[in-house]
Amino acid sequence: MTEAFNLAEHVLAAGAATPDKLALAVVGPSRAERWSYARLIAAVRGTATGLLHRGLRPGDRVLLRIGNEPAFPVSYLACIAAGIVPVPTSALLTEAEITRIARNIVPALTIAGDGIALPDPSGDILPVADLAAMANVILRRNTMTTGLYDHGYLIAREHLADHDPNSGLPRQRLWRIRAGRVVTATGALERPLSFAGNDVPGVMLASAVRDYIVDYGVAPGRRIAVVTNNDDAYRTALAALDAGLEVPVVIDARPTADGPLPQAVRARGVRVATGSAVAGVLGKKAVNGFKFCDQQGAGDPLGVVNCDVIAMSGGWSPVVHLWSHCGGKLKWDEARAMFAPDPARPPTGADGRGNVLAVGAAAGDLAVAELTDAAAEQPVMPVWVMPARASRKARFKMWLDYQNDVKVSDVELAGREGYASVEHAKRYTTLGMATDQGKVSNINGLAILSDALGQPIAATGTTTFRPPYTPLTLGTIAADARGEVFLPLRKTPMHEWHESHGAHWEPVGLWRRPYAYPRGAEGVSDAVAREIRAVRGGVGTLDASTLGKIIVKGPDAGRFLDMMYTNMMSTLPVGKCRYGLMCSENGFLVDDGVVARLSEDTWLCHTTTGGADRIHGHMEDWLQCEWWDWQVYTANITEQYAQIAVAGPKARAVLEKLGGMDVSAGTLPFMGWAEGELAGIPVRVYRISFSGELSFEIATPANRGLELWEKIQQAGADLGITPYGTEAMHIMRAEKGFIMIGDETDGTVIPQDLSLHWAISKKKTDFIGKRAQERSFMASPDRWRLVGLESLDGRVLPDGAYAVAEGVNPNGQRNTQGRVTSTYLSPTLNAPIAMGLVLHGPERMGEVLEFPVTGDTFRARIVDPVFYDKEGTKANG
Amino acid sequence: MADMTPLASINQVSGLGMILIRADLTRAGDAIAGAAGLAIPRPNRFTSDGSRWLGWMSPDELLLVLPHGDVPGALSDLLDALAGEHALVQDVSDMRCVFDVTGRKPEHVLAKLCPVELGALPPDGLRRTRAAQIACGLWRHGDGWRIIAFRAVTDYLRGVLTAAAAPGTDLDPR
Repeated sequence: MTEAFNLAEHVLAAGAATPDKLALAVVGPSRAERWSYARLIAAVRGTATGLLHRGLRPGDRVLLRIGNEPAFPVSYLACIAAGIVPVPTSALLTEAEITRIARNIVPALTIAGDGIALPDPSGDILPVADLAAMANVILRRNTMTTGLYDHGYLIAREHLADHDPNSGLPRQRLWRIRAGRVVTATGALERPLSFAGNDVPGVMLASAVRDYIVDYGVAPGRRIAVVTNNDDAYRTALAALDAGLEVPVVIDARPTADGPLPQAVRARGVRVATGSAVAGVLGKKAVNGFKFCDQQGAGDPLGVVNCDVIAMSGGWSPVVHLWSHCGGKLKWDEARAMFAPDPARPPTGADGRGNVLAVGAAAGDLAVAELTDAAAEQPVMPVWVMPARASRKARFKMWLDYQNDVKVSDVELAGREGYASVEHAKRYTTLGMATDQGKVSNINGLAILSDALGQPIAATGTTTFRPPYTPLTLGTIAADARGEVFLPLRKTPMHEWHESHGAHWEPVGLWRRPYAYPRGAEGVSDAVAREIRAVRGGVGTLDASTLGKIIVKGPDAGRFLDMMYTNMMSTLPVGKCRYGLMCSENGFLVDDGVVARLSEDTWLCHTTTGGADRIHGHMEDWLQCEWWDWQVYTANITEQYAQIAVAGPKARAVLEKLGGMDVSAGTLPFMGWAEGELAGIPVRVYRISFSGELSFEIATPANRGLELWEKIQQAGADLGITPYGTEAMHIMRAEKGFIMIGDETDGTVIPQDLSLHWAISKKKTDFIGKRAQERSFMASPDRWRLVGLESLDGRVLPDGAYAVAEGVNPNGQRNTQGRVTSTYLSPTLNAPIAMGLVLHGPERMGEVLEFPVTGDTFRARIVDPVFYDKEGTKANG
Repeated sequence: MADMTPLASINQVSGLGMILIRADLTRAGDAIAGAAGLAIPRPNRFTSDGSRWLGWMSPDELLLVLPHGDVPGALSDLLDALAGEHALVQDVSDMRCVFDVTGRKPEHVLAKLCPVELGALPPDGLRRTRAAQIACGLWRHGDGWRIIAFRAVTDYLRGVLTAAAAPGTDLDPR
């Protein structure tokens, strides 16, 4: 009892220190429950107090007649806390057996679980249901713990409406539990016996036969023969007899069977054939009977038994899955022929101490005999092959793993083939894989392998027990992530307007952006072309709200941005904007955008749509981990603003019509910004252009975004204002030779490759990526660099196509010298346009490259990447 | 018979303003408290006078939630109080959505979505966590809970809250 006292003290003392933490989960094959430490202490103390209030005194004995359910450990700990002696007993004991035990221990009280045999006379009884009604004890029925992970993290599955799937309720619920300590009362699983034909329908585990009869009132057959190597299966014989079924024989592999259970069966007139075995099953689709033989022999039949069910028991294996999932070690118990948890090597929690306690059958104490003084059953006799010297042919019919169709012959072959490691043998044979996870097949398979390898079972060891204990449906894991809330869709303030105006959506990260706005029967590509022509010839609007917006402020903000960007941001005058590039430490271009200086110590950095969170994290990473003493604050305010690009030669006219701000070229020049009001709505207007046209990007508080958008549409109506989508934006930027992060860059491209030297400061002593860009490979003149590509035959080049060079590489593949990074049909030029990265590209203007694709070859001339408005005059309207 | 009404009402709250404050809270705490009209909350807590609410977001970040009409005044009060101090005061009133979860069992609704032991949260506790797949912050408000998230995922948050409050999905043991 010393160990048990330590457990109670440990739980209660640890709990007092951290009352809010989740303390304990009690798990079983079909139930799970959890408490915080505070609740656990209250539950145990409350129950203990309740027991004392019932008149119990320290030293009294309380008989626990409780199955594998949470009430078991609670009662156990409560008794210990109260100084009462708990006597746990196996729920499987019959009334006669428990009566005899009760006579020995003289319990002052019996705590009684549902449907569990009680001693006669029963004495003082406390039903488990009353225990559950006590405060702080929670029973969660129909719940299975499927896995135990690091730091006491348990996953459990609760059945809610599997019995009524159309009830509108979730069928199952997944619980995620953080437990300080876990008590596993997971019981034991019965093993099959390996005899020829043990897969014929009607061959069942003895415990399953018993469960059908006792729990469900179902007779699996009329004549039930029992085959066993242990005493427990005799209970099945008794249960069958009690139910009025015939038991023609008990085949017991052991040389003798003289314990109380076999004697009780003999007393009912059933023949017990010791030292016997099943030589073969009669029947293919159903059991008609079997031939029996001598267990120590080779299978020569001694006779035939007629029956329609064979109830077999090869002994019991503690359910050690939860114990093992997180590293608890097992010990081979030769005498009892089982792997049981090694209490000296439990799974450990964050504090390095064991966080799982296996109790009862799960700990290997199948009958809890040590505590109950139950008459010891006769020992099991390991029987791994039945009969012991079965023929090779018979071994082809002896199933070990029914789920994966693995037989004795398969494992023996693995041994002969040299699969000495149990993990290799598992993969060679599939023994114990997938849903089995060692439940039915494990011990028998290990024993066969050990025999084939000529080594003891302990030397072979077990395979790894992996969660889940039994399969979980994906639906249970996915839970709420289905239908409308499968993914969090990010919507801009103008989302519903786009939707009601026929937007064809493009997913950009979790955002949905209008790709184009087809009208009526118009095709998407036609819509794109129309939108581009509208912008180039008049005015259009783009919802640019998704662009990242990060405020950077502080005395060191300029210095910080000079490190973040390749170009100089500290010198940017207040009121001005500058396009900037950001590189990783390895020199590769990772993001770009326009930076506006809002005040002496405040900058606003625009990022790409996908870059907002990443770049904000990148900034904070450097600020918090490297330059923690720099005085800079950042804030990602992407969603504070709606942002609308108004682009095209008539853009200024639209803004002037809205009124409220001077947006003339003199007051608001290219790459300038100004604050004010448009149509009475507060705005900040940036004169920046990604289309090459005269363009204003207008930011307004998000709640005013839709209002401003609609006012712009109204104001521009007679100018033919046209909302345009991301594809029009992409094509217009490509017409201008502007790069796009993710198209012209792929994580291996440096700004120099894109001829962006003008945006890389030569004055700065450092910026992120500078050192990397000076390394020989980055500085090499032989890198692929950005050029324009002009299709020779008017066809649009295939995106991503490679330009081939002379010769082949060592793998026999054609050498390459470039690839297409952006390719479109330009509605403006009515011709294909493309950009690509080409070896020595800018030095090879006019050369023709070949882009072979399956069954075809495209040819293109190297040209300047700026296809439209090379002088850049359009941006000024 | 189980109660087959929704576990909670999910109501979007409008009319609130929000101001983000980043500063050295040790050095500038008194100035901020004076301008905000609320004491500086301890880590993971908030302070409130029923109208204004000041939450601890990180060791150098606070969030002031207040009636939308009070934002301009509070902004200028804070900027004045923090003049000469390295600090960031930013109007973020439009950046988030706010929902109140009230009714029978609001804790059950949140427990399904957020990895938080709500019972262990003190009455003035503020928890930044996640709701299903999105970032959120939550705290006790009135008889229920208040939860905030970014505005772009307003529909998503409403969707998961409503689903988690579906009738018959109480978490009590059966």
